[in-house]
Amino acid sequence: MGGTYTLPPLPYAYDALEPYISAQIMELHHSKHHATYVANLNKAISSPNAVNTQSLIHFNGGGHINHSIFWKNLAPASSPDVDKSAAPTLMSAINSQFGSFGDFRSRFNAILLGIQGSGWGWLILKDDGNLDIIATRDQDTVPYGTAIFGVDMWEHAYYLQYMNGKAAYTENIWNIINWKYAEARFSGAGENDFTELKAML
Amino acid sequence: MSIAASARSTLARASRAASIRSLGSVAAVRTKYTLPDLSYDYGALEPHISGQIMEVHYTKHHQTYVNGINDAQEKFDAASSPAEKVALTSLIKFHGGGHVNHTLFWENLSPVNKDGGAPPTGALSKTIDDTWGSLDSFKAKMNAALAGIQGSGWGWLVKDNTTGKLSIITQPNQDPVDTSKFTPLIGIDAWEHAYYLQYQNVKADYFKAIWNVINWKAAEKRFS
Repeated sequence: MGGTYTLPPLPYAYDALEPYISAQIMELHHSKHHATYVANLNKAISSPNAVNTQSLIHFNGGGHINHSIFWKNLAPASSPDVDKSAAPTLMSAINSQFGSFGDFRSRFNAILLGIQGSGWGWLILKDDGNLDIIATRDQDTVPYGTAIFGVDMWEHAYYLQYMNGKAAYTENIWNIINWKYAEARFSGAGENDFTELKAML
Repeated sequence: MSIAASARSTLARASRAASIRSLGSVAAVRTKYTLPDLSYDYGALEPHISGQIMEVHYTKHHQTYVNGINDAQEKFDAASSPAEKVALTSLIKFHGGGHVNHTLFWENLSPVNKDGGAPPTGALSKTIDDTWGSLDSFKAKMNAALAGIQGSGWGWLVKDNTTGKLSIITQPNQDPVDTSKFTPLIGIDAWEHAYYLQYQNVKADYFKAIWNVINWKAAEKRFS
């Protein structure tokens, strides 16, 4: 089987996001869920004439792209990268557009908790230069603009630790957002990732 | 309650009833939806579905859909403009669908010592054989459909209301089966919360195991 796409290594240990995301969740999420999207994406690409190839590429390719961004936009709570001061220009844009970081965070969490089924919440930079908070369903990727960071709202992202208490997961995740990486994506670093794969979705 | 307090509360009820009557016949008081009784214990489907999953699924997830549909209905009734009502339909569909789907689901499961897993008989059994060749090949087809759901959703064995034919359909999220077209016979919840605490990412094992606790007697009743 052609291994066109590969599982990216996690930039920290499985237990590095504790106590906010358990090591068990991280290990399954990365080594099983993300690995399955990669394997099924490669399988779909190598059988281009199957009836549902396009849907399988869309779903599994999206899963690969979304998770690849997600791992990098998280960081251990002990890292300096989770300090909001690591994102000076992004913070200033958030404050001017949403009023305050608290208001931004409340709006983001309301979007996350409003997702009906599996999906993701994203902060995006639109082509007109404004920020927006959007939800995408299942493994759809951000449909326009550039993803600054995303939060996985599939149940597998939190269930072993939080079960039905997803509101607590959406509160805790703010302790481990990698603002340094978000700042880099806000400054253009996210524009060209997965260009080739996105064109296939 | 003191006699005075009791009298006050009776008065309050009477005055509420009067004000409801004065709004005319359209202002009927909506009955709240409630969680239906589970006819077996949380642990009764083990080892195929763990007691922990059943308890969280029923007392937390299903309860949240019940609360959600009641809340959305209340807002719908209070909304004054059509636009406000339309904006609530997505919540009504999601939570109402969640309530309908889970209610059917609990009924089409049963412990192994109470018919769970016992194969269908009579007309339903014959129609399944006519449609898929055998019960096992039907299960394989249904499991493949369940495994193919991209996100949260449900798989259903349904009967077409017009032709009487059986088919397998999947529905995303909590979208209920369109009962103007189909009668749902068996539903299988493919949301991760239905299996994750026990099966984690190996959902294929959950889909295999659940047939051991499917209540075909309930399906036969819905079929006829």
